[in-house]
Amino acid sequence: MIWNKEFETMPQAQLAKLQAERLREVAERVYARVPFYRKKMDQARVKPTDIKSIRDIVKLPFTTKDEMREVYPYGLLAVDKNDIVEIHTSSGTTGKPVVDAYTQKDIDIWSETMGRTLSMCGATREDIIQNAYGYGLFTGGLGVHYGARKIGAMVIPISGGNTKRQLAIMQDFGTTVLTCTPSYSLYLAEAAKEENIDVSKLKLKAGAFGAEPWSDNMRLEIQEKLRLKAFDIYGLTEIIGPGVSSECEHQNKLHIFEDHFYPEIINPATGEQVADGERGELVITTITKEGTPIIRYRTRDITFLDRTPCRCGRTSVRMNRLLGRTDDMLIIRGVNVFPSQIEEVLLRSDGVAPHYELHVDRRENLDTIEVHVEVSGKLFSDKIRNLEKKEKEIEKELREALLIHAVVKLVEPKSITRSEGKAKRIIDKRII
Amino acid sequence: MAIKQISVFLENKTGRLAKVAGELKNHQINIRALTIADTSDFGILRMIVNKPDQAYDILKKAGFTVHESDILAIEIDDKEGVFHALMELCDANNLNIEYTYSFVEQYSNKAILFLRFEDNDKAVALFRSHGYKLLADEEVRKI
Repeated sequence: MIWNKEFETMPQAQLAKLQAERLREVAERVYARVPFYRKKMDQARVKPTDIKSIRDIVKLPFTTKDEMREVYPYGLLAVDKNDIVEIHTSSGTTGKPVVDAYTQKDIDIWSETMGRTLSMCGATREDIIQNAYGYGLFTGGLGVHYGARKIGAMVIPISGGNTKRQLAIMQDFGTTVLTCTPSYSLYLAEAAKEENIDVSKLKLKAGAFGAEPWSDNMRLEIQEKLRLKAFDIYGLTEIIGPGVSSECEHQNKLHIFEDHFYPEIINPATGEQVADGERGELVITTITKEGTPIIRYRTRDITFLDRTPCRCGRTSVRMNRLLGRTDDMLIIRGVNVFPSQIEEVLLRSDGVAPHYELHVDRRENLDTIEVHVEVSGKLFSDKIRNLEKKEKEIEKELREALLIHAVVKLVEPKSITRSEGKAKRIIDKRII
Repeated sequence: MAIKQISVFLENKTGRLAKVAGELKNHQINIRALTIADTSDFGILRMIVNKPDQAYDILKKAGFTVHESDILAIEIDDKEGVFHALMELCDANNLNIEYTYSFVEQYSNKAILFLRFEDNDKAVALFRSHGYKLLADEEVRKI
């Protein structure tokens, strides 16, 4: 269902005009009210009046995560502090957290885009949404919550973790839509199997999964194991939280809610925009946000844009599911390696579980990469030969996909740490 | 006429074997014979136990990757030349052995040889026609 026909199916030309107006308006606001932006724009010799069309966005300077940290906690506020009704922050695991401060209008926008997201996943007021994203400073929990309230669905604010309880609630209340990270959905599926829960008796029909990159193969596995339709949703704290883009019923790339979040793809090395369809770093500008507007935020997420019309009728540009991160990207012997490429190979391979860990090291000045994969009962027999053959087979496929040699090591099932949040899959021991 | 062997996937990490042995001990399962095949990063523990089906279930439940397979158990005289004769017989009949291990009986002059073939039926027929004594599960359990 299309939640907001007016904006979601707006003709592209009209949308571009709206975006230009909104961009000009937000540029004026931040220039007048946020010293951080005023200084940057002065340095770049650009005035709000230079923004005449949406193409003029390239005149504005980028904003990086590090810059946002430097002005922690209130440095990006574009309104009076009394107008802020809620704040969220990033986890801050890699430094000072990034702050997102919302006015009431910002919360309304968030509810709107999350309402659109859940509608795209097929949810209506008749659905029961089990929200297993963490509630708190993390944007996932409350973002989904506001969206669910917006469309009038019943929301179960169970938050993350406590797997047994998740399964009990799911059965008792007849959950129809599950929202959590994709890796946690697989964890739940495994736990359900261990508890001898008949998944076919559950009422699940859809899942809105985000907050970490995953692959199409992983989608197929989730759909098979939980018997639901799995949708990729995308968002980030720096912009608003979840609700930046989402897949529609065709599950073919994520529609960006570009009447609020204007996307660009740039070459991360040069900062130049690249052509549609070309891979690069996603850059987003919030063109309606009041509390903490963000100009040309460098997400470090790698994707590409597709402007061809979607069969669902929405006119918005679509982004491909994430292809990796500019900062997750490993450089092994000079070759760029994305963990998602490795995941795809493993998921294609019969007899191994989709849980893996990458161990990167440097021996005698040469980078080495070891992929630890869990062996599954399906593959195992009393013969060594089958296991060694599987290791060789995966190594060969990895070489074809990555163009470098990776050593595959089979490990015992469940020996790789399961995560209830974002999965940590890379252990880089190199001292450079 | 084959007996059940339990195989367990083991990472080359300390304590894994102790974990398997502990599980078996807790359920009063006795190991009759065992062997480990190892590579540089993992191994396969193969065992003959007195209660194979139960061993399979408890190890599986404990999170191990377990496999149950059929192998032959042959009772032979514990003296020189007997094993050689058996190998010659296999060779002459083009019977390829995947792996083998054995143990010696305590109170007799017999030994039991466990043999894994690609084609068990062919091996059974051959050994029978040459008068070898193949043991069934119950007989191995009693030893």
